[in-house]
Amino acid sequence: MTTSLAGAVVFYALAALAVAGAAWVAFARNIVHSAFALLATFFGVAGLYAFLSADLVAVIQLLVYVGGILILILFAVMLTSRISEVKVSNRSAGFGLGLLVLLGTIGVMAAVALRVPWGKAPPATPEPMAPGVGDALLGPYVLPFEVVSVLLLAALIGAVTLARGRKRIAASGTPGAAAPDPVPERKTKDEERKTPDGEVQP
Amino acid sequence: MNVVQHAADRFMRWAFSVDPATWPHAWIVYAGFILLAAVLAVGFVALFAGPVTWLERRVAGRIMSRIGPNRVGPQGVLQWLADGIKCFLKEDLVPEGADRTLFRIAPYFVFGGMFGAFVVLPFGVHLVAADLNVGLLYILAVTSLVVVGLLMAGWASNSKWALFGGVRSAAQLVSYEIPSAFSLMAVILFAGTMSMQGVVAAQGGWPWDWFLFRNPFLFAAFFLYFTAAIAEGNRTPFDLPEAESELVAGYNVEYSGMRYLFFMFAEWANLWIMSAVATVCFLGGWQIPGVSPAEVAAAEGLAFVGWQALSFLVFAAKASALILVVVQLRWTVPRLRIDQLMFTCWKYLVPLSFVCILGVLALMVVVREGGTVDMILRAALLIFGFWAVVEYARRIRRTYLADKALYERMEGKAMWYPPYRMP
Repeated sequence: MTTSLAGAVVFYALAALAVAGAAWVAFARNIVHSAFALLATFFGVAGLYAFLSADLVAVIQLLVYVGGILILILFAVMLTSRISEVKVSNRSAGFGLGLLVLLGTIGVMAAVALRVPWGKAPPATPEPMAPGVGDALLGPYVLPFEVVSVLLLAALIGAVTLARGRKRIAASGTPGAAAPDPVPERKTKDEERKTPDGEVQP
Repeated sequence: MNVVQHAADRFMRWAFSVDPATWPHAWIVYAGFILLAAVLAVGFVALFAGPVTWLERRVAGRIMSRIGPNRVGPQGVLQWLADGIKCFLKEDLVPEGADRTLFRIAPYFVFGGMFGAFVVLPFGVHLVAADLNVGLLYILAVTSLVVVGLLMAGWASNSKWALFGGVRSAAQLVSYEIPSAFSLMAVILFAGTMSMQGVVAAQGGWPWDWFLFRNPFLFAAFFLYFTAAIAEGNRTPFDLPEAESELVAGYNVEYSGMRYLFFMFAEWANLWIMSAVATVCFLGGWQIPGVSPAEVAAAEGLAFVGWQALSFLVFAAKASALILVVVQLRWTVPRLRIDQLMFTCWKYLVPLSFVCILGVLALMVVVREGGTVDMILRAALLIFGFWAVVEYARRIRRTYLADKALYERMEGKAMWYPPYRMP
């Protein structure tokens, strides 16, 4: 009885953390605050995974979302010029449309929650899940796993092409870039950084 | 086995004579023990970070032919207390135009990220707060919180220098996380487990049982990890985020008092974390030479405590040796430029760490463990490692002697202090 009560307290605390973080992301007036508030959501979700004894998923959640995605979002936000003047971050789509999406989502989730016959499993002792995941990825799911990695490779190559492409085309004089660029050619990030004293030029 | 839970169970049986599995209030004791473990770990960080600042400043003085802090206490060993009290008493400034909330909470994120790693660091046979079976991955994950804290500090300070420092450090940490993670991946593959205690248990007490000398590619992975970890800790030669000559002090330039101290704490705590992880993964962890872990676990009463203490001492000695190397490196190697920094990471360290993983796997398949080829490789690595340590010590001695000769020529009298002591 007590353990289930403690479990419920932990669960609702983690869920509240995730939901409060998400609400903050949505309603913050400052987009940088929104980005930082995502941290609470990610932590709440990671905590929920850990609470469900999915240790590997919880850690991967932290590693990928906090260590990767959040940093990327923060970079994007901070490198966007005049970001501080944008005070309204989420009002452009309109209140009505947002409400519609919200109601739709709630409807679908409520339908799922009410229709599925939820079974109650007895609490099992947590087991390490990394070996099982590894076996599954290199056993029955090896093809999807490889396809996903090829997809990521393609995304990587695409990103490199997009990042460096413009200058190459302009230099080789292909028809697509025949028109002279009215903007004086800017140095790429790499060249910009290669000032003698090693300072990054703003 | 969860050590904290185990200790709490024993405590409950001893103090209240109840069965922890059925006692309804057991969770209070568990919570208390978790809190106790956390307090112990924080205490360790504080007691480690303080003296190490003193050590680093003394080594710096030594290398730069000056004295360093020598006033507070014998040889200046209490300097860190004086510094700490000074920082406590300073005003907690928030600059004009700063984002007050983010500015105030940023140090906690940095500290929390570093401190989170202490949960899984094994200090001894049973001296670990929680032996997660995804321990190594957890360390990589939780330290990414530091990046968030640094970006937050840099942005909230509303200062160019701080923002530059924050963005630089984030870029650096994100980049160097990859080689360090992949060199640890080689260890994970070799050990077949991600649990810190499991990695230690897969090694032995004697140097030839350490992962460092078990496989040439693990030997390389050690140096890759060490380099990447120094970069992740924002230490020279990779301390661009706080490059004093250009960024004043980087992300923490606007901070003062206790909040500044939190950043410093995190930096020194990271020094311990990187050395401890390297020790666990490559240098045999807390394994006592000549004593098997089963023997330690079987001991009872006073012998048990003794083995625990000895294993902690072994671990601390290995980690301290690494820390000393990192401290000396700081005053030996000049700082890299930002383009060289990225170049080093992406064009050298990342491909090399891939090679390490493939090499470790290939050797695991091809070379039979304990066979002739394996033994020859291990012997060669051991000899090479021994030579490297001797050469390291010899060079330090040579530098000291040259320093001494120079002093004699300049001042006309002999240097009055041995290498381990300063005026």
